[in-house]
Amino acid sequence: MTTPDIVQVDHVAQRFAGRLIYENVSFTVAPGEIFVILGGSGCGKSTLMRQMIGLLPPTAGTVAVLGRNMYGGATDTTDHIGVMFQSGALFGSMTLLENVMLPLEMHTDLPASARAAIARAKLGLVGLADSTTLMPAEISGGMAKRAAIARALALDPPLLFLDEPSAGLDPVTSAGLDRLILDLRHDLGATFIVVTHELPSILAIADRCVMLDRAAAGLIAEGNPRTLRDSSDIPLVRAFFHRDLPTHQAA
Amino acid sequence: MELHTTDRDGARILSLHGALDVAATGHLWTPLLRAARDARGRPLVLDLAAVTACDSAGATLLIEAERVHRGDTTTEAAAPHVAAILARLRAVAEPPPPGPPPPPLTWRETILAGLRQGSDGVVFLGEVSVAALRAPRRAKMFRLPDLLRTADQAGVQSIPLVLLLGVLIGLILAFQSLIPMRQFGADIYVASLVSIGLVRELGPLLAAVILSGRSGSAFAAEIGTMKVNQELDALTVMGIDPVTMLVLPRLAAALLVMPVMTILLDLAGLLGMSLVLVGAGLPLAAIAHQVEAWVDPGSLYGGLFKAAIFGAAIALIGCRAGLSTGVGPRAVGLSATRAVVGGIVVSIVLDGVFALMFYKLGI
Repeated sequence: MTTPDIVQVDHVAQRFAGRLIYENVSFTVAPGEIFVILGGSGCGKSTLMRQMIGLLPPTAGTVAVLGRNMYGGATDTTDHIGVMFQSGALFGSMTLLENVMLPLEMHTDLPASARAAIARAKLGLVGLADSTTLMPAEISGGMAKRAAIARALALDPPLLFLDEPSAGLDPVTSAGLDRLILDLRHDLGATFIVVTHELPSILAIADRCVMLDRAAAGLIAEGNPRTLRDSSDIPLVRAFFHRDLPTHQAA
Repeated sequence: MELHTTDRDGARILSLHGALDVAATGHLWTPLLRAARDARGRPLVLDLAAVTACDSAGATLLIEAERVHRGDTTTEAAAPHVAAILARLRAVAEPPPPGPPPPPLTWRETILAGLRQGSDGVVFLGEVSVAALRAPRRAKMFRLPDLLRTADQAGVQSIPLVLLLGVLIGLILAFQSLIPMRQFGADIYVASLVSIGLVRELGPLLAAVILSGRSGSAFAAEIGTMKVNQELDALTVMGIDPVTMLVLPRLAAALLVMPVMTILLDLAGLLGMSLVLVGAGLPLAAIAHQVEAWVDPGSLYGGLFKAAIFGAAIALIGCRAGLSTGVGPRAVGLSATRAVVGGIVVSIVLDGVFALMFYKLGI
């Protein structure tokens, strides 16, 4: 018996003001996978993620998360998914602890002391146990991303979306985040969908990936990133993984 | 940097001497382009033998000279590093010519855009109404600390400004009215005039201007910044309704503080008026009697009712401006401006509507 896919993206397309971003994007994500959506700047990676988390109805196609169509009416998957936005999107008027406590406050009947204890534990998981009282403006970019992951983990969702977790971080902090994602998958058994174009991160964490391309306006490759790097015969994929110009631009 | 012009075999030779850097380019831009333009109709040679250095600005000038000449142009005797940067810049694709400017909006498009904005406003009002009706079931999302913080910022912290403006407006109105009224021996009626004006019109209206300037803009900027920082997206994916969590506390705070601000402004205005009238020799008891005789409870309650409605309008306009903020930091500034202007304009329009309504109702 096969495990049902946790995410099903079926022939999804997106246009903005008539301009085609991508079309015929289809893939599935299995439970427990670290699945990476990669591609160059402007190819629509973050747009695709917004469609998967329910913020942007696709122009065509369907997105099913945890077996439910995200745009098929009264669907509420909010306590089953966690999202880390590119900017962290921590609430500036709350401490890190209050940020992590917010989803618990909204979706559970736990007493305040229990919420605080759980939030402290989540911050501890991401290495911020000693920063609970800090405001988002007082922490570094790497800490903000880790705090945002802690908030995304607050309700122990089976599925986490991370938008550009390594963007703008130094290589050491970035590697630390990669390690954290692998540890969290191991410890919590969660599924991760990560949007990134950071090559070292992709190779370090991804079980499987899809590659979007702006010129092709859609997916151009799907598979294990190391396999794609070593044996793909698609020039754009080879160029991406080998940090090289595609053949038609190299001349 | 020097430019020499000579002729050879029917061709115009423009010889450059020295380092063609950004400073020299500035000096040479007009004379070199003019010389290139003057050479139209015959071959142009740019003699670079004496150019010791050339940066990207200098190379741009040389390419621009070739472009304005519109004819047979050659560069001559360029040193390797000069030739290299020229070749590099020539390889840069020429940007496409700018498209024609968008045609001005027709009156029909302008009306349609206005109607669309109006309908968006009605939709937002509907969203807020639904959120208010659902608030009892979403009590967790309605955060009391936010309401108290907003009431503090919008109301308590504005008290010094309210009192100052109130006293000043009372002083000014009384002083300006006293001069002509005294000529008719009607000094005592200044108290009636100013107190009615304050309680019915100026109190609520000035409080609305203060709320719009201090808090309407703050609502738009706070919520707009949250939108730019993806915090509204984060709320949505957490299943938290931004209208319930962000708009309702601000709306409730504005509804609560506006009547209080108006009463304080009225009282401060009456104090300012009394200072002028007592200074002019009128007894305080006579002034108080006059105010009591002319300001009936209907006027006071009408003014406070208007103040509450102005407060609601300002809060809704500020929050909507924040929620509809576009992309980038400039968008936040635009939203704040929209909130202030919209808040003041709508308050005055509503005041006009209320004036007609109260007249018809005999209030």
